[in-house]
Amino acid sequence: MDLLSVSTVNWSRAQFALTAGYHWIFVPLTIGLALIMALMETMYVRTGDVKWKNVTKFWQKIFGINFVIGVATGIILEFQFGTNWSNYSWFVGDIFGAPLAIEGIVAFFLEATFISIMFFGWNRVSKKAHLASTWLVFAGATLSAFWILVANAWMQYPVGMEFNPETVRNEMVDFWAVVLSPVAYNKFLHAIYSSWAIAAGFVVGVSAWYLLKRRHIDFALKSVKVAAIIGLVAFVMLAVTGDGSAYQVSQKQPMKLAAMEGFYEGKEGAGLVAIGMLNPAKQVHDDDVDPFVFKLEIPKLLSFLGYRNMNAFVPGIMDLVNGGYTLHDGATALSFEERKARGKIAIQALADYQTAKAEGRDADAANHEAILKENYAHFGYGYLETGEELIPDVPLTFYSFRIMVIIGFYSILFFAIVLYFIYKKDLRDTKWLLYGALWSIPLPIIAGQAGWIVAEVGRQPWTIQDILPVEMAASAISAGNIVTTFVIFTVLFTGMLIAEVAIMVKQIKKGPDTVAGEET
Amino acid sequence: MITYDFLQKYWWLVMSLLGGILVFLLFVQGGQSMLNSLARKEDEKKLLVNALGRKWEYTFTTLVVFGGAFFASFPLFYSTSFGGAYWAWMILLFCFVLQAISYEYQSKPGNIFGPKTYRAFLFLNGVLATFLLGVVVASFFTGSEFTVAKGNIAGLGASGFTISQWQNPLHGLELLANVRNLSLGLAILFLARTLASLFFVNRLDHEVLENRSRKFTLYNGIPFVVFFLVFLIWTLVAEGYAVNPETKVIYMEKMKYLHNFIDMPMILVLFVLGVLAVLYGIFNTVFNAGFKKGIWFAGAGTIATVTMLLLVAGYNNTAYYPSLVDPQSSLTLQNSSSSYFTLSAMAIVSLLVPFVIAYIFYAWRALEKKKLSLDDLESDGHTY
Repeated sequence: MDLLSVSTVNWSRAQFALTAGYHWIFVPLTIGLALIMALMETMYVRTGDVKWKNVTKFWQKIFGINFVIGVATGIILEFQFGTNWSNYSWFVGDIFGAPLAIEGIVAFFLEATFISIMFFGWNRVSKKAHLASTWLVFAGATLSAFWILVANAWMQYPVGMEFNPETVRNEMVDFWAVVLSPVAYNKFLHAIYSSWAIAAGFVVGVSAWYLLKRRHIDFALKSVKVAAIIGLVAFVMLAVTGDGSAYQVSQKQPMKLAAMEGFYEGKEGAGLVAIGMLNPAKQVHDDDVDPFVFKLEIPKLLSFLGYRNMNAFVPGIMDLVNGGYTLHDGATALSFEERKARGKIAIQALADYQTAKAEGRDADAANHEAILKENYAHFGYGYLETGEELIPDVPLTFYSFRIMVIIGFYSILFFAIVLYFIYKKDLRDTKWLLYGALWSIPLPIIAGQAGWIVAEVGRQPWTIQDILPVEMAASAISAGNIVTTFVIFTVLFTGMLIAEVAIMVKQIKKGPDTVAGEET
Repeated sequence: MITYDFLQKYWWLVMSLLGGILVFLLFVQGGQSMLNSLARKEDEKKLLVNALGRKWEYTFTTLVVFGGAFFASFPLFYSTSFGGAYWAWMILLFCFVLQAISYEYQSKPGNIFGPKTYRAFLFLNGVLATFLLGVVVASFFTGSEFTVAKGNIAGLGASGFTISQWQNPLHGLELLANVRNLSLGLAILFLARTLASLFFVNRLDHEVLENRSRKFTLYNGIPFVVFFLVFLIWTLVAEGYAVNPETKVIYMEKMKYLHNFIDMPMILVLFVLGVLAVLYGIFNTVFNAGFKKGIWFAGAGTIATVTMLLLVAGYNNTAYYPSLVDPQSSLTLQNSSSSYFTLSAMAIVSLLVPFVIAYIFYAWRALEKKKLSLDDLESDGHTY
């Protein structure tokens, strides 16, 4: 098939991944900081204690430094759907564009507008109006995330739509099915808690540095008191929503689940690999090479997490390619070859429909439409050639998933210990914990990146699950153009990151502003 | 019963209005392009940067909303123009990326690239964003080189599976070779600078800068009027892409856009009023030393003029994004819009817009009860 050149598609993917990766360093930090600032300012308004105001203002500065990079990368992501994924934009724009537009209208404006009051309004509006503005910034940021994740979830689990062969696109028929999709709200909650986690880790870590330096002690303790609670809540909820997400993945994207586990041959009562090392000698899914060098498995856990049944059958990569196992609704799973054949029938039916329509043969067109509808669930498979194409990058997905989970469990323990020391003991004297907090700053960020790698690499080759593979989604631009923009973006974003870190470090070293004659 | 046709026109109105608001808000970019010419001393520059810095997010957010709303309402434009005129849009995006960080970072301790770099970024954004946006909008009237064939995705095309294909290897840069595109680009650049001058007259509590801004209103107002008239007259007498409402066939019509104005007198009246308001704002500011409200007249006039111009591009059976290589591929409100369901769902969402405007107005007022002076920069707590 005369698909777009592989390098065009891969460079477009790289460009999107680069932008999204940078976006998800800064955005979660701002979402989480917005919550922490709002809570701190609430303390200020309730107690009238100016120290809380200074604490708030300091984190507000850090928020501002990060916010602008979130904005800069965000606009690029939005426009990249058009610039680099032209076919995608038409094929699903009828559904996918809506959440993006709503995000802009109801959420981003809210955030951007009230940020200006938050920054410039300390002396220009009343105390309560200012507090309300800070909370509205948090609300706007959270709503933004909601609509973007609705859009993302729809790609993973397309619902509420029907294919229209006349316009050659998927059209929305049920708005609420899109918005209230179980994949969407799990994803939203998981991403929001990860934002809280990233900000909490950051605030606790920076505060620990002040405590180690014996500077701004009261400020640091106040910050830790708020942030550590948020951190613990966030990581516990990350485990809960992560479980919800994994459950959704096993139902809707079994290949992703199999890749996350390096799970090739399906079985009943499947165990979860707690720790393992993949065998680099394994080249293709059906080469009979043992996928693991070693693994430590928790028996039956994968079946339980995926299907809420210890003995449920979990299909492996081989099963998903070869079919033939019994699905949970009693039907027999189709093989890749069968789905590919039906996908090709669907694509041909669309071509025939278009031709018949153009020639005014309406009755024929209706027949082709019926064939297309019958086979549409397999449409995307018609563009693939081999079963191998159906399998995402297993090592990347497998290890990313483990990195995320290990950091998650470590962090639950970490924040529990911090909370114990700050409320029951004296955090100031526990140097080992303070150093631990400082060095733990990057961990939640790494976990967030790893999580997105699992979600996005794990769903390859699909832009829209089962409907549109990445090769079919891209714009018709030669790879040279995209390589050039990729390089420019890499330089820009990296330059921004360097500038940001330098400014932030300086700001932290400078510390919070103090009220005259008073050490906070 | 709300018809599909009504919804398509409604959404084109929303997009045109957003376009008008966006062009008005480009005064931020206009101001960025004259930081070094309008201000001579460092504290003057600082005041300008801070006056603009309290507004840049509105322009930026409007651009984001403009993109999202275009995606939702006319996705074929999104896939055709963005995926085709790749370089025009990418350069536009690069300079908005630079803008986003430049206010926040330029005067912070530890900014390793130095304030001059960030001000250069602001200048770049100020010149390029306004100019390129004008060039791209002009292509709504002058056309671009692309084909659209929806059957491609089912393998019916000879040149691959992509539905929208750009036929010029320069991917958007070729738009710069069209003089009419250039004249609108320059018109928007000088309009933005004119609006910025008016904004400074209105906002700043600084006599030297205020007087200089009045002069700058004139210096930039004249080229704006000249380039705008070149574009306008040329467009009115040029051929346009008309759609036969029955057969949907696209054909060339002499003086199409002039006919559109005549066929839609309401739009013509609002367009003329808009232009007059802009001119009134400019002239009164230049010749009446006590007059400070020029920005409101010119701003409202800009919104009206641009909105009406975009309506003329799409209403009255006109192809709003014409294809030069295959006229039948041209985008019309009918062949490029979202489905009835999506447009109506989004129409309900659009009812929130007045509410959004209300809180923006509240925020703007809350921060602008008094003019901005050098003394305010420190006391407000957040300085650029």
